[in-house]
Amino acid sequence: MTNSLSTTSPEAPRRSLAVRPALIAGLPWLALAVVFGYAVVVGGYPATVVSFALIYAVFVSGLNLFMGLANQVSFGQNAFAAIGGYASAILTATYGFEPLLAMLAGLVASIGCAALIGYPTLRLKGHYLAMGTLAIGLIVYEITVEWQSLTQGYLGISGIPPIGIGPYEVLSDRGQLILLAVVALAAALATARIRASRLGRALAALAGSEDAALALGIDVTRYKFLAFLMAAGFASISGSLFAHVVGFVSPEVFGLHLVILTFTMLYVGGIGTIAGPLVGAFVVSLLPEMFRGFKDYQDLAYGAALILLLIYAPRGLSTLFAARGRA
Amino acid sequence: MTNAAAAPLASPTGELVLETQGLAASYGQVQALHPTDLQLGAGELVAVLGANGAGKSTLLRAIMGLVANTGSVRFRGMPLPRSAPAKVAARGVVLVPEGRGIFGPMTVADNLRLGAYRLRDRAELARRQERVLTLFPRLKERLAQAAGSMSGGEQQMLAIGRALMAAPQVLLLDEPSLGLAPRVTEQILETLGLLNREGLSLVLVEQKAPLALELARRAYLLSVGRVVRTLEPGELTSYDELAQHYLA
Repeated sequence: MTNSLSTTSPEAPRRSLAVRPALIAGLPWLALAVVFGYAVVVGGYPATVVSFALIYAVFVSGLNLFMGLANQVSFGQNAFAAIGGYASAILTATYGFEPLLAMLAGLVASIGCAALIGYPTLRLKGHYLAMGTLAIGLIVYEITVEWQSLTQGYLGISGIPPIGIGPYEVLSDRGQLILLAVVALAAALATARIRASRLGRALAALAGSEDAALALGIDVTRYKFLAFLMAAGFASISGSLFAHVVGFVSPEVFGLHLVILTFTMLYVGGIGTIAGPLVGAFVVSLLPEMFRGFKDYQDLAYGAALILLLIYAPRGLSTLFAARGRA
Repeated sequence: MTNAAAAPLASPTGELVLETQGLAASYGQVQALHPTDLQLGAGELVAVLGANGAGKSTLLRAIMGLVANTGSVRFRGMPLPRSAPAKVAARGVVLVPEGRGIFGPMTVADNLRLGAYRLRDRAELARRQERVLTLFPRLKERLAQAAGSMSGGEQQMLAIGRALMAAPQVLLLDEPSLGLAPRVTEQILETLGLLNREGLSLVLVEQKAPLALELARRAYLLSVGRVVRTLEPGELTSYDELAQHYLA
């Protein structure tokens, strides 16, 4: 771009600058599409890995609403994945419900619990909110272990049917992959719509400064609460999807490991961005697979790769491709 | 005023828009503001002066309900809620917080839009924005720019403009001159004077007393969380006396 050009014709450089960020911003999506396409074509193990990545992406999208857009902290979203997952498992495997109906029941239960828990918990801020939400996850974990008549404790629940409507079940790897991709994309789209809405502006305001938002007449408590409910809903759906795709749930599936994994995904992908949850879920799911050849050193290589990512893309991979961090 | 001589405090003439009665606030165990009676007349500009830590900001935050407080605040005779800042703002009492509180990553236009968050009428939104941009023409060139990348003075203009987007009846300003060059401060205070002449009631918290006293009709002087003096126009001649209170 030369300076002389801009003085003679101010329109020309602006247009070419506008096209380029749009192309660059599309790169993360292109990369996601390539990996997804590969998994669909090859099937088998790669398809399984990508399926999990897509399920995680739904969970992380919810986390992103609460942590990225509203700038709050929750270490307890796994609780809502557990509620969704167990609702799906128990209602379909034990009581023979339709998967979609069971998923809906789980969603209602999760959002109901989130409302009950969120009302007192969201008065906390910062580290205290983190501690409070961590407790939610631990409590739900204990319940899934101890309430054996319902959850079968550590044994878990197996024989969960695949997802489907009536007699039509999505059985093939490819069908499942495409279904999961649709749900994950819908989650990303919902995030984009929310961010651009009135609600999104309110969340951005309270993320920036709660006092300033309050002084402008924005009901901070209400919007935090809404973001928490939405995040719980996304977590619940991902928990249900997991139950149907794997056919089995146990307390360990929704334990603390899930919290750590999804946090990593959110930060690696880019917190507060639209593509971030998908990019993070894909990268964090695929990285260990790429280092499989390192055998004993696999975890070491994986850890080193994460550190490098955080050094060179501190605000997440998807911000590398966005102008002013708005991916 | 018939009994002006008997009144212990200087009072505004005419109708009151804002009145605090025994308003006190504390942060945990520390009482930052002792019971305070402040009165703001319609169309009046009142200054609140005092040294660092005198409780000036706390007074404004207590009026909004941003800190735990006791006592009462009346707006046009009706009590304002004491722990619901959003509702206070909705009633027409809007705070421009200390340190501006602008949303740095957002554009100037989005910041302004947030000021009128409760408004859903697009035409009215455009009218209000036009008015803010007339008051602060420098914001016009920067509408699409990230607010955090502007100079301190421009950010303060944005903070005031954003508050005006809510079409307030009472504007509370917490040290608008903080960290600004003298010339910019002058510009901003001039605009505040203009708004006041147009009928807006203002409470201006300032550490730079001479600046505030040029604009204000009355002033409350705070020291260690208490109102130590109320100054009327004409009384504001001796800055030596003022300085004594700062040093006390």
